[in-house]
Amino acid sequence: MAIEVRIPTILRTYTADQKKVEGSGDTIEALFADLETRHPGILDRLVDGGELRRFINVYLNDEDVRFLGGIKTSLTDGDSVTILPAVAGGAPSGNDAV
Amino acid sequence: MRYDSALAAVGNTPLVGLPRLSPSAQVRVWAKLEDRNPTGSTKDRPALHMIEQAEKNGRLTPGCTILEPTSGNTGISLAMAARLKGYRIVCVMPENTSEERRQLLAMWGAEIISSPAAGGSNTAVRIAKELATEHPDWVMLYQYGNADNAGAHYATTGPEILADLPSITHFVAGLGTTGTLMGVGRYLREHVPDVRIVAAEPRYDDVVYGLRNLDEGFVPELYDESVLTTRFSVGSEDAVTRTRELLAQEGIFAGVSTGAALHAALGVARKAERAGESADIVFIVADGGWKYLSTGVYTAATTEEAIATLQGQLWA
Repeated sequence: MAIEVRIPTILRTYTADQKKVEGSGDTIEALFADLETRHPGILDRLVDGGELRRFINVYLNDEDVRFLGGIKTSLTDGDSVTILPAVAGGAPSGNDAV
Repeated sequence: MRYDSALAAVGNTPLVGLPRLSPSAQVRVWAKLEDRNPTGSTKDRPALHMIEQAEKNGRLTPGCTILEPTSGNTGISLAMAARLKGYRIVCVMPENTSEERRQLLAMWGAEIISSPAAGGSNTAVRIAKELATEHPDWVMLYQYGNADNAGAHYATTGPEILADLPSITHFVAGLGTTGTLMGVGRYLREHVPDVRIVAAEPRYDDVVYGLRNLDEGFVPELYDESVLTTRFSVGSEDAVTRTRELLAQEGIFAGVSTGAALHAALGVARKAERAGESADIVFIVADGGWKYLSTGVYTAATTEEAIATLQGQLWA
């Protein structure tokens, strides 16, 4: 099952500077475990104590997985996952046409 | 429709269906055309409501100076109302916002103080707060923390949508001050069981993101996560792509932040379609494309070129 994963700049040291990598897994947790096999060290930057790290945001098809099933969110072939560093506290950025 | 003045003509905007972009007859997407307000954006609603409430409670009196951090639309709305009502207005705006916005503000008599691009709206808010301390007689309505911002949408936008589309299942809007989502969201939750309230948050490319990271994250005081059902993060590429689709397929000429809201609306539409549910999804067209013409995103030959022209710019 191919899932496209977009990697933020600060984690590209683990992916040989690649912006996008492919992975597989039927949940976010399984996907991250799969990434670790080819990009050792990345898992520890994403997960802490079995949960997503506080300052990491993960989006499934652009939707914040914290509003879905968190690290247990189910994945389907062809999904796109985006990893982003959160601003302090995982807060919204407050940047809109305001 | 007849009104006594331009200020009285705020609101009562059309809700239009998107027959080509809706996935099916069971899953329909609707656009609330907030660009049809007097100054061309949804911000006319909170701006007028914040001014009128401040007049009622005595904070704003004749001869006052209004101060506001704004990347454009709220300042434009406030400036127009301030001109008609006789107030002076000072706007703090990031230096990397479009030339059209500066001209519109100046046209209605606003004085502009530029804040550094680094930190975006967050820096503008910080500088406005410093100015408010230096000038205690100035009145900062402060859209990020003013309950009357969300209150305007609770009192008008929400009821209009429900009256036009009682079968609404999803409401989608951009996440900025959060006023639209909080106000409309609370109203709909009181009247529509199980309605889904969906936020579309702009996500910038690494260059702008890096700049913003110089500052601390900023959560508007109005934000209450419990009102939301879910949140989408929409990158520049998708926002531009959807803005151009909305124009090409449905004839609606909207600003780039509307493309982000449409992207989230189509995301929830696809999920409803996959789940075999019927859905009536309303998203907000916050403003028209006029103020963003100079970016070139509408006239670029291809979407790829349009995306390239927007690199490094704040589009929402």
